[in-house]
Amino acid sequence: MDKNNLQSDLAQSKGRGSTNDGTLHFLQQRITALALIPLVFWLCLSLTFLPETDYFSLISWIQEPINSILLVVMLIAGFYHLQLGLQVIIEDYVSSDSIKLMSIIFIKLMCIFLTVAGLYSLMKISL
Amino acid sequence: MAEFTLPKNSKISQGKMIRCSEECTNSRMFHIYRYDPEKDDNPSLDSFELNMDNCGPMILDAVLKIKAELDSSLSLRRSCREGICGSCAMNINGQNTLACTRAINDYSADIYIYPLPHQPVIKDLVSDLSHFYAQHAAIEPWMKTDSTVSSDQERLQSVTERGKLDGLYECVMCACCSTSCPSYWWNSDRYLGPAALLTAYRWISDSRDEATGERLDELEDPFKLYRCHTIMNCTDVCPKDLNPAKAIAEIKKLMVKRKI
Repeated sequence: MDKNNLQSDLAQSKGRGSTNDGTLHFLQQRITALALIPLVFWLCLSLTFLPETDYFSLISWIQEPINSILLVVMLIAGFYHLQLGLQVIIEDYVSSDSIKLMSIIFIKLMCIFLTVAGLYSLMKISL
Repeated sequence: MAEFTLPKNSKISQGKMIRCSEECTNSRMFHIYRYDPEKDDNPSLDSFELNMDNCGPMILDAVLKIKAELDSSLSLRRSCREGICGSCAMNINGQNTLACTRAINDYSADIYIYPLPHQPVIKDLVSDLSHFYAQHAAIEPWMKTDSTVSSDQERLQSVTERGKLDGLYECVMCACCSTSCPSYWWNSDRYLGPAALLTAYRWISDSRDEATGERLDELEDPFKLYRCHTIMNCTDVCPKDLNPAKAIAEIKKLMVKRKI
């Protein structure tokens, strides 16, 4: 028992109250997960059945409009899902408020950077 | 960070061993966690060999026999000895359950008994459940109404509406579910845990209650509710065969429904 904390158990369990938040995060995580199931299948199957696997045939495969569009969707859904999932893991296991906040900001910025970098690369190949 | 190892003063050492005094052919060994806050010693695991020929069939019978005949200093909570009061919840061979409804013959080898995991230990098998009870109080487990009925009227409920409470109202608050949940271990300061959420859903699904919106508002929080990752330990261990994981999923469904 912490002798410096004489707050009642009820006050401690009520804490700072509800943030009225979390449902959108929950929903977005599941929607992106569902979107990624067919996209990952499509990517694996498409790459498996490519007639040639050299650099130029892969570039021309990416340049096909439908492939470019699906890769853009996959990139956005994948990194968004990654960011949502990493946030949950950090919230679960990091108890220090300051480290938690810094880590969440870092992974969000990192995922935005990686998404933009991926989209830029795709645009450079496709356009 | 979340704690994955026991702190130094919680490491468990081997305690005393008491063997069957008489020549017994039908014996079982019980290893029981011991901790006395009045001593500076680390917790220990005491071993007691019992003659099963003159012991009751349940784990609680064995523990009470040890307390009565071998070591009266052993502390535990117990009351009804029939799975109604929820007092004798403890961790038996790695699983939280009620000692009174679990038979010794459910296990084939030695039996290891610890207090409920990840709670402060008051003494031996008695853990401090003050925070757990406070979380139960925080969800305001009583009927809230704005409408009034005269004193000679009842608040009626159809058979179907009453049926929705089955599997929810039977919770005996033994804390087996909450203390078996890893999310509750790491974040019990903010996560309400399966027991409190099951009771919250019991009131949300009560047709007579008029505070569903307020209750959902109060639960909508990344920590209070959404720390549940459907691990299902709660449902696995519930000695009353309830399904807190499903109740939590139903609350999440209601949260989504009122958003769309």
